[in-house]
Amino acid sequence: MKNLAYIVIALLLLFLTGCNNGTAPSTGITNPPQISTIVNKGSDTLVNLALAWAEKYHQLYPNVEISVTGGGSGTGIAALINNTVDIANASRQIKSEEIQQAENNGVNPFEFIVAKDAIAIIVNPNNPVDQLTIKQLSDIYSGKINNWKEVGGEDRVIVRLSRETNSGTHVFFLENVVRMGNPDDNTLFSTDTLLLPSSEGITSETRDNPNVIGYDGLGYVTPDVKVIAIAGDASGTFILPSAETVNQGQYPIARDLYMYTNNQPTEAIADYITWILSPDAQTTVTQLGFVPIK
Amino acid sequence: MNTTKKWNEFILTWLIKISGYSAIIFVAMIFYFLLREGLPTIGEASISNLFSRRWYPIEDYFGLLPLIGGSLIVTIGAALFAVPIGLCTAIFISEVSPRWARDLLKPLVEVLGGIPSVVLGFLGILILAPYLRRLLELPTGLTALTGSILLGGIAIPTIVSVAEDALDSVPRSYRDAALALGATEWQTIWRVTLPAARNGVLTAIMLGVGRAIGETMTVMMVTGNAAVLPIKINSIFFPVRTMTATIAAEMGEVAKNSTHYHVLFFIGLLLFIISLGINIAASTAMFQQRKRAERILS
Repeated sequence: MKNLAYIVIALLLLFLTGCNNGTAPSTGITNPPQISTIVNKGSDTLVNLALAWAEKYHQLYPNVEISVTGGGSGTGIAALINNTVDIANASRQIKSEEIQQAENNGVNPFEFIVAKDAIAIIVNPNNPVDQLTIKQLSDIYSGKINNWKEVGGEDRVIVRLSRETNSGTHVFFLENVVRMGNPDDNTLFSTDTLLLPSSEGITSETRDNPNVIGYDGLGYVTPDVKVIAIAGDASGTFILPSAETVNQGQYPIARDLYMYTNNQPTEAIADYITWILSPDAQTTVTQLGFVPIK
Repeated sequence: MNTTKKWNEFILTWLIKISGYSAIIFVAMIFYFLLREGLPTIGEASISNLFSRRWYPIEDYFGLLPLIGGSLIVTIGAALFAVPIGLCTAIFISEVSPRWARDLLKPLVEVLGGIPSVVLGFLGILILAPYLRRLLELPTGLTALTGSILLGGIAIPTIVSVAEDALDSVPRSYRDAALALGATEWQTIWRVTLPAARNGVLTAIMLGVGRAIGETMTVMMVTGNAAVLPIKINSIFFPVRTMTATIAAEMGEVAKNSTHYHVLFFIGLLLFIISLGINIAASTAMFQQRKRAERILS
């Protein structure tokens, strides 16, 4: 009987201290955004950038916790549709059917362009090819060109690397490179295209294998692979991807990166996004190899 | 006092019963869930689509043949590596090796079985794939062969430990009798011990193969995941996409209740049926062995 009493007291104490912990910090906040947690999820292309922003913002305003996870643009938007995140990151624009689904769930997606990204075409450093046109890229990835000598390289088989189909980068590349931006085009990736689950997989295979052609976000290109200059058409000039060429609209394979919220954001989320669009946050964009807006 | 004891016994018996039956219930529930989520596939995707050669789900191409072929070729390849090596290791540990080597090898094999598959996949990407590409002068090292070798490595510990147990349970008198008749040690192993443990060894192989076909992480990392139907004689030297890797790579992003979602569960259902088949075959073999042992004793 005595034991039972002790246990009850111990449990009560535990319960009370638990309550204390829960309520105490909510008083006496001085920083502008009140204590809050922002859940941020989506595009793997954006995940490093979103993490860097979250860290920097947390240093500026320690009361705001931002949890960032990847998983892909579709994952982020699906989470927004189910209203389980505050901000969804996407490397593509939200589709009309996704907006429809969201509205059916009472969610109203609100769009921000937070940075720009370019897809870099990468090959092994020992590959002598320096430049390709979009048409050549399309022919390579759809399986019409199968040897490097057809595009001015050595007599080697071309091994095509791609991100998995669930990656926003994959869809962007399919629509703008393989199909050359033509929405009526039904060209598909050649079936022997290797679908690798991560950027790291693409980089390590490109570093090692002289037969390979791959693509990935400019932010993920490491110095040990070779970046190819791209021309929009055969008569155009060949442009290497960089912050300048993307912002001036010269580099042909570039895109906007998005954050979506439910309705126009308010309070902590609005403060966070306003900060992201500020020059201070946009310097982080440059540091990570993306291209800042404006 | 007596009633407490009775109660204890009653509760314990029931706890054990519940845990026992729960395994059956869980399997039944998983099967039901797979059926519920997977069967709508048949209404949504046409049969000709499912049996086509193109898997590109974001454009509604749901050809399952490349995936089934990919899983088969990688698993068969893995079996070709794992079965001879696994059996030889089991025979060595059980029949040939001196006591100290046996005490060292058994735990080592078990450690090998405990290596996380993602670690093996990482080794595969960084070491095995580049090595195979240079050695065999392949276009890329991310091939079915690379997957087979690593999956073989995963299946070997299962094969070794089950086969070793089977060999160990062959009565001592069998070997003594063979040796007394003048058979050499090798003849004893090959003609007497191994046939006597045949069903256990068969179980070992089937469990190892079951382990290989269900493996996901390693194959996703090293087989290149290109959905090509592997029907050429040299297909093992080219990339393939397995059923497990497809589910793992695509399930995270798929919209719930879309055709793609149902097709992924349908693939899961196929895998479930395959591994169920393998397990039933294995336990049938096990059961036969028991009957045989009983016959010997009587």
